[in-house]
Amino acid sequence: MLEKAIKGSALYWIWLLVLLAVIGVGFGAYLQQLDQGLSVTALNRDVSWGLYIAQLTFLVGVAASAVMMVIPMYLHNHKAFARMLILGEFMAVATIIMCLLFVVVDLGQPQRLWNVVLYPTPSSVLFWDMVVLNGYLFLNILIGWVTLQAERKRVGPPKWIKPFIYISIPWAISIHTVTAFLYAGLPGRDFWLTASMAPSFLASAFAAGPALLILLAFAVKIFAKWDPGREAIQSLAKIVTYALAAYLFLIGCKIFTAGYSMVPDKLAHWQYLYFGLEGHTMLSGFMWASTAAGVAALLILLFPKNRQADNILAFACVLVLISTWIEKGMGLITAGFVPTPMKEVLTYAPSGPEILITLGIYGIGFLIITVLWKVGIGVRREIEAT
Amino acid sequence: MKNSRRKFIKFAGMAALGWSICPSLAGARSGPRQSADRLRAERWAMVIDSEKLNDELMDKCIEACHKLHNVPDIPNDQNIKWIWKEPFYNLFHDQSHGYLKDKKSIPFLSLCNHCDNPPCVRVCPTQATFSRDDGIVLMDFHRCIGCRFCMAGCPYGSRSFNYFNPRNFLDDDQLVHDYPTREMGVVEKCEFCAHLLDQGDMPACVEASEGAILFGDLNDPNSDVRKVLRERYSLVRKPKLGTDPQVYYLI
Ligand code: SF4
Ligand code: SF4
Ligand code: SF4
Repeated sequence: MLEKAIKGSALYWIWLLVLLAVIGVGFGAYLQQLDQGLSVTALNRDVSWGLYIAQLTFLVGVAASAVMMVIPMYLHNHKAFARMLILGEFMAVATIIMCLLFVVVDLGQPQRLWNVVLYPTPSSVLFWDMVVLNGYLFLNILIGWVTLQAERKRVGPPKWIKPFIYISIPWAISIHTVTAFLYAGLPGRDFWLTASMAPSFLASAFAAGPALLILLAFAVKIFAKWDPGREAIQSLAKIVTYALAAYLFLIGCKIFTAGYSMVPDKLAHWQYLYFGLEGHTMLSGFMWASTAAGVAALLILLFPKNRQADNILAFACVLVLISTWIEKGMGLITAGFVPTPMKEVLTYAPSGPEILITLGIYGIGFLIITVLWKVGIGVRREIEAT
Repeated sequence: MKNSRRKFIKFAGMAALGWSICPSLAGARSGPRQSADRLRAERWAMVIDSEKLNDELMDKCIEACHKLHNVPDIPNDQNIKWIWKEPFYNLFHDQSHGYLKDKKSIPFLSLCNHCDNPPCVRVCPTQATFSRDDGIVLMDFHRCIGCRFCMAGCPYGSRSFNYFNPRNFLDDDQLVHDYPTREMGVVEKCEFCAHLLDQGDMPACVEASEGAILFGDLNDPNSDVRKVLRERYSLVRKPKLGTDPQVYYLI
């Protein structure tokens, strides 16, 4: 099947070259980081996690989108997703690989990563995060590959794969839950110390993941001239709408708890995010943009007419991604650290190398998506041509 | 279990210590003295007397600690601190009010609390941070992967990460060869001078404090620390978090 990855149009190859260039630059920056340590980042004694861990958090969410098709298809026999499911599974593979890479580039001693396996520590949520992320990666590669191969041979997927498909449903939930628990279980980090962390991770995940999938499906329609199916996209759009509403609702709940109780330890983080504290206002513009984008997207998506117009749907999906990316990729991590345990306020803005490394990893992710989707769509085309 | 692990760590630590400071010394030194007068306790604790401490004394304590442990002086926010000065308000903001005017800005010493229920130990994915039987929370610099989960987990900002190679900020002539220098990418913090205790000596900051810092066994009702905690009013940082800090502040 892999031979399909090496037969492509000029456009396909140019796109791959662009991605390779981005990856190359990122890799160069990573070599610099390996040489000079994390001193090349803007992380510091107080904000000790930043852009990398924030991307892990955001992408874990995106990785789950596959499950939003698996549930309707396998539990409710909703066949509209049959054509597209493989794309969701391959997207999950790419995003989980990105997540793992973000963990690795964040380590001070990456060559010792194996210590997590040598000295397994069940009390550490990071240990469990590694377990569930790797497990989810394995499940999606296995399921994606086996079902695609079966389709190619024009037979149904083998029976033994079914249990794996069912396991992948709770497993997808677990990757967000465990990632949320990285933060939600830390005493003294009041911004994160809330039971709503895991639910709000799930909600933003089920909004962002399918939104990205819809956008990529449109891209495929335009560039690869292959239509993943209108009904599938419409179903995804409904999922985005529900999840987005839940995501905004949960943010509102958190703000109410902090704002109405006026407990300073809780409130200060939200003030920092939306208004800035002691002159540190860098995030506030982004946060208002995030909220505005989320609300606007919801207002658009609520109306079925809007969802049915491809252009408007695509625009709303872009808004959803902007909203969730700012919230997870910028706000959530920094605001957990600021104000610091000593009640100091500071600004964290990622450094040049940090940004380049991040872009490089996104480049790797898009490369994997491109190649895997090429294979998946190639197989689908073959089947449909006969 | 815990005991054998402790022995192993000590053995590994010693081996690494000799080797990493100066390979040529490895043969000459067989690790720290294992003297019979090793100081033992069931639960080590520190009591800092804010009445007796002054600015000058605090600087002495800080210098003694940072010198002994080869803590580099890095002039930016990616710095390393084992013990440092922090205004009362920043340490005890949950236990202060607006009219504590004069106390508010008074500097206090801040260091790792060697919590009895330490979140840093709980979250570490490699057990590079661990609790000894006597309550000291220690680091294995050779196991730490530099994930910094422990820094997010510590509610007191007690931990520092080596963003830089610390050796670039240390003066070769000033190095103390009894303690290893660290490498880039690992976390470090106050260790209650565990290696000094094992040699029969008190922690460096205690020695430098001219009696303003007490150190002793909390499980011994007759120890200095227990006596003074009985007699005077004391605070610990953020008691509501349940970490059970073991650095007490007399005020
Ligand atoms: S003060 Fe922080 S680093 Fe020290 S034991 Fe407590 S949680 Fe761990
Ligand atoms: S940085 Fe080192 S000590 Fe801290 S949690 Fe990670 S492995 Fe453990
Ligand atoms: S107990 Fe030892 S390591 Fe801790 S601050 Fe004092 S001198 Fe430094």
